[in-house]
Amino acid sequence: MARRIPLPVWLAVGLVLALVLPETGWLSPYILLVITYVGINMILAVSLNLVNGYMGEFSVGHAGFMAIGAYTASVLTVWVFPRDASPVLFPLALLAGGAVAAVAGLGLAFPSFRTRGDHLAIVTLAFLMIVKSVLENMPSLGGPRGFMGMDKLTTLGWVFASVTGSVWLARNLVHSRWGRGVLSIREDETAAGLVGVDTRRVKVVVFTVSAFLAGIAGGLFAHAIQFINPRSFTLLKSTDMLVMVYLGGIGSLGGSLLGATVYTLVLEGLRPGLQSLGIAQEWRLVFAPLLLILLMLKRPLGILGFREFRFLVPRDEREKPGRQAERKTP
Amino acid sequence: MRFYLQQALNALQVGSVYALIALGYTMVYGILTMINFAHGDVFMVSSYVAFFVATALIGSHLALPPAVVFAATLLSSMFATALLAVAIERVAYRPLRRAPRMSLVITSLGIGLLLENLAIAFRPVGPAPRMLPALIPSTTIVVGGVAFSALQVVTIIVSAAAMLGLDALVRHTRVGIAMRAISWDSALVPLMGVPVDRIVSMTFAIGAAVAAVGGTLYGMTYTIDPYMGIRIGWWAFISAVVGGIGNIRGAMLGGFLLGAVEIFTPVFLHSSTYRDMVAFSLLLVLLVFRPTGILGSPAAQKV
Repeated sequence: MARRIPLPVWLAVGLVLALVLPETGWLSPYILLVITYVGINMILAVSLNLVNGYMGEFSVGHAGFMAIGAYTASVLTVWVFPRDASPVLFPLALLAGGAVAAVAGLGLAFPSFRTRGDHLAIVTLAFLMIVKSVLENMPSLGGPRGFMGMDKLTTLGWVFASVTGSVWLARNLVHSRWGRGVLSIREDETAAGLVGVDTRRVKVVVFTVSAFLAGIAGGLFAHAIQFINPRSFTLLKSTDMLVMVYLGGIGSLGGSLLGATVYTLVLEGLRPGLQSLGIAQEWRLVFAPLLLILLMLKRPLGILGFREFRFLVPRDEREKPGRQAERKTP
Repeated sequence: MRFYLQQALNALQVGSVYALIALGYTMVYGILTMINFAHGDVFMVSSYVAFFVATALIGSHLALPPAVVFAATLLSSMFATALLAVAIERVAYRPLRRAPRMSLVITSLGIGLLLENLAIAFRPVGPAPRMLPALIPSTTIVVGGVAFSALQVVTIIVSAAAMLGLDALVRHTRVGIAMRAISWDSALVPLMGVPVDRIVSMTFAIGAAVAAVGGTLYGMTYTIDPYMGIRIGWWAFISAVVGGIGNIRGAMLGGFLLGAVEIFTPVFLHSSTYRDMVAFSLLLVLLVFRPTGILGSPAAQKV
C-alpha cells in the first residue's frame, strides 16, 4: 500500500499554491474570486454545522454574525488602522470581527437555555432582523447605502489560512470532551444533563465559537468584494449556509467543506449555463431553494451525513482498518 | 386626540391584515406543531391572483358592477390560494411528517424562497411593484373629525367577518372540532376515526383562504411586489407568536397589537425606520420571558 502523504505536507502545498497562483496570472480575477467565495463559504458552512449539525439546535441568524464581523473588520481597516499598515494588520481586523461576533453569539446562547427547536429559530431570526435594522439606522456606517472604502485585502493566502484555522478549531472542538457534550445535547438534552454534561456551558461555547467563525468569514467577505450593505446579510444568506450544510451533510466537517465547494461552483456554473440556454439569470435564484427542498425530501443526510474524511479525525480516534463503523442515528 | 383616533383607525386597518395572515400560521402550528415559513409568500401569491383577476375583469367587456368585481376577485383569490397551499402541503410537507421536525421547518423556508424567486423570475409578475385597479370608490366619510375611507371600512368589515366566521368554524363545526382534537392529541385522535390527512389539508386550505382575504385587501390599499411576503409575512408571524402561537384568538390579538406597533412607532419615535427593530425586539423579549405568548398556555415537555 502506498504511504499516505501526511497532512502537513498537503497544507504546505495548499498554502504555497494559494500564495503563488494569484501572482502567476494564469487565473482570471473572476476565477480567483470564485475560489475566495468557496473558502468563505467553507468557513460559514463549518460555523453553521457546529450549531445546526453537531448540537442539533437551529439557527437562521448566522448572516447576522457575518454582518457584525464584516462591519467590525471594515471599520478597523478603513478608519482605525493606518492605510499602508492595513495589509499587515488585516488578520487583527479579522480576529476583532470574529471576537465582536462571538460576543453577539454569547448573547444568543442565553435564549437557547430556555427554548430550542423552532422557537430558537425564531429567536435567531429576530436577532438577524435586529442586526440588519440597527445597521440600517446607523448613518455613520452608511445606513442602508452600505459601507465602502475597504482595500482588497482578502488574498487567497489569508483565505487558505482562515479555512485551515477554522477547520482545525472546529475539529478539535468536536473531538474534545466538550465535543462529546455537544453531540449528547443533539441526541437528548435532558439525558445529557442527567449524566453530568453542563449543557449551558456547552451551548455558550458552541454558539461563541460558531459566531466567531462566521464573523471571520464576514471580514473576509467584506474585503473580497470591498463593499457591504445591510442587504448583503439577509435571510437569503442564512439560507445559502443552510443549503451548504445540509447538502454536505450535518454533523460532518468534511461534508461542510464539500457542500460549500459544490454549492458555490454549481451556482457560479449556472451563470454561463443559463445564458447558453437562453434562460433569464433570475432563474438562478430559484435553484437554491429548490435544491434545499429536494434535499430534505430525498436525501436528508446530505452527501456525507455523519461520516467524515479521515484527515478530519484526530489520529487516536481513527477507525482501525477492518473494524466496521458503528452506525449513528440522526 | 383626533390625530390619535385617526391613527388608531389606521392601526385597525393594518392590524386586520396582519391578523388574517397570522391565523394561517397559528392554525398550522396548532395542528402540526410546525412553523410554516412559506405562509407569508402564499399571502404574496394571493395578492397577485387578485391583481390578475381584477385587472382582467376591469379590462373585459362585461362592464360588471364594482361590487361584483370585488366579490369575484376576493373569491377567486381565496380559492386559488387555498389550492396552492393544499398542493404545497401534499407535495412538500406530508412526506416529511414523520421526519425530524426541523426538516419541515427547513422545507417550508425553502418553499417560501422558491415562491418568491419564482415570482421574480416569472415574467408576468416580475420584480416591479404593481397596483390593483380601484375596485372601491374612494369616498371618505368624516365622523367626529376622523376620516373613514370606504376602503378602510370595507377592509375592517370584511376582515372582521372572516375572523368571526373562522372562529365559529373552529368552535362549532365538525371540521373545527376535528382540528382542535388533533392539536390536542395528534397520536390518539386518528384512532378515533378522524381522517387526519383530510383535516390537515383543510387546515392549510382555510388558513390560505383567510390569508387571501388579507392579500386582496392589502393589494387594494398598497402596491404589491414579490418581496411583500417577507415583510408583511414576518410581521404577521410575529403577531401569531406574540399572541401565542397555536391560539386562534391570540393571533387576532397579536395582529392588532402589531398593527398598533407599526402605526404608533413612527408617531412616538418620529422615524419610521425603527419599526422593524421595535417589532423584533418585542418578539425577542417576549420569547425569552414568556415563550408561549400572551394567550398561549405552556405545554408540559415530556421527557
